[in-house]
Amino acid sequence: MAELLEIRWHGRGGQGAKTVALLFGEAALATGKYIQAFPEYGPERMGAPVQSFNRLCDDEITRHCQVTSPKIVVVLDETLIGQVDVTEGLQEDGSIIVNTTLSPGEMKDKLGLKSQKVYTVNASKIATECIKLDKPNTPMMGALVKVSDFLKLDGVIRDTEHKLKKKFAHKPEVIGGNLDSIKRAYEEVRGE
Amino acid sequence: MAGDKVARTGNEAMAEAMRQINPDVVAAYPITPATEVAQLFSQFVADGKVDTEFVTVESEHSAMSACIGASAGGARAMTATASQGLALMNEMLHIASGLRLPIVMPEVNRALSAPINIHGDHSDTMASKDTGWIQINCENSQEAYDSIIQAVKICEHPDVLLPAMVSDDGFIISHCMEVIHMLSDDEAKKFIGEYKPERFLLDVDRPYTLGALDLQDYYFEHKRQEIEAMNKASKVIVEVGKEFGKKFGREYGLFEEYRMDGAELVILVMGSTAGTTKTVVRELRKNGIKAGLLKLRIFRPFPFKELSDALRGAKALAVMDRSDAFNSFGGPLFEDVRSSLYDLEKKPLITNYIYGLGGRDIGLDAIKGVYDDLKKMTETGKVEQVVNYLGVRE
Repeated sequence: MAELLEIRWHGRGGQGAKTVALLFGEAALATGKYIQAFPEYGPERMGAPVQSFNRLCDDEITRHCQVTSPKIVVVLDETLIGQVDVTEGLQEDGSIIVNTTLSPGEMKDKLGLKSQKVYTVNASKIATECIKLDKPNTPMMGALVKVSDFLKLDGVIRDTEHKLKKKFAHKPEVIGGNLDSIKRAYEEVRGE
Repeated sequence: MAGDKVARTGNEAMAEAMRQINPDVVAAYPITPATEVAQLFSQFVADGKVDTEFVTVESEHSAMSACIGASAGGARAMTATASQGLALMNEMLHIASGLRLPIVMPEVNRALSAPINIHGDHSDTMASKDTGWIQINCENSQEAYDSIIQAVKICEHPDVLLPAMVSDDGFIISHCMEVIHMLSDDEAKKFIGEYKPERFLLDVDRPYTLGALDLQDYYFEHKRQEIEAMNKASKVIVEVGKEFGKKFGREYGLFEEYRMDGAELVILVMGSTAGTTKTVVRELRKNGIKAGLLKLRIFRPFPFKELSDALRGAKALAVMDRSDAFNSFGGPLFEDVRSSLYDLEKKPLITNYIYGLGGRDIGLDAIKGVYDDLKKMTETGKVEQVVNYLGVRE
């Protein structure tokens, strides 16, 4: 991948949009890519719309401007649709992945997209079952790994396990569930 | 390339550099977006990873005061701050430099109030440019990390003995995780060496007075020595940057010349925007346009001579300022660059862009637009507008 890949994450404060951008960035670094991961900082609070971003490239990334035309958009919370323009700047041949119960076709109509690919997965259900909490960020990372076809799933699982062991040293019971949720979303994401 | 490749935010990179320096004293007060630097460092203290005496103070004025006391006592002292914190320190900044104390301070660039804003621009460090501190501006986390380590060696050099602030752009760099190469703890420790101050207040064998009243009889001589130390700092900065390059593969100078070979249209800029400009320069060069970038790293001491040499071949030059000087004639960087070129027989056409105040994004198109303007200037031979405001609603 000589080309730069830009990703935008949409979520609500508390859903882990920032954390997942960092996790995904580190997983990509582990495969030898250059990466950036950064959130948009504003007066965010629990439940407010938030965004975060990733850049990935084989070459060093020197730009430090905002991501304005992402190749992939990931939406952690479908109630943002209609409140935030989640497809803004999405490339003509780009993809959007939404956490929803809707099918890809239904979501494509809802978003009013034509050329772009739409993928859906019920990440909240997966999270609730695997982690016992509606934290859709790690399953959505699994879906992204599948859709972006850029990283290998087992590499991501390995790296994420390593990171989560550090982050949740005091709460090891959440680690297995998070890893399972990544695998399940990887399998269950559907596209059109 | 030496060291591990790791993912770090700018703040994490700065804190790691501080951990490896292992200062004797750190006194700090939190301020966005630099808070994490001292916070992460305090964790290193709590975890026993450093031997530092960590002083939680009640303000940045006190933080700098405590660093001054510690440094005068013979300790390696550090703090970290941003924006209003740096402004509140201002009185003590002059005292640190005037007493010739080699304090190193990571600083995260953020706009000054009012209106209140937490995002990155250079108004904070520009308001401190005449305090007698060395000012090192970094494009990214890697440079921030490398420069903090180098700054210790620069400041403690017997020809210098001045404090330094090492800055990166608030949020844009401070909160962006990217790939950096770290030195091993041992490499960093060896590079900076042990601190052996020639004179210090806790040296009971050679007691001396520091900070005494200094009136018409000697103040001027002491200030003249301080000025001379700043003059000499340039040479030391280059030496240390070269040594760093030789040991670890990343060489640093007073500024970086990017695709300046035969460059006719040149942007001069500091900080993260230099990185974005590199992307634009690569694209323009592919299309045969002779674009170049001069990224200024050292703002104090200002490299007048070296800059004018480097810019000799440029036909048109845009100086980009992320702050304004309120002098009705452009930004502080513009003032110094324009002045540097005064003695050149053949000067480039020169113009100024004020951009990105309060963290306003500056994208590839905006920078490309500046190169378009420069091209137009070379075609007409005229500078239509000396001071321009880029990306603002008017």
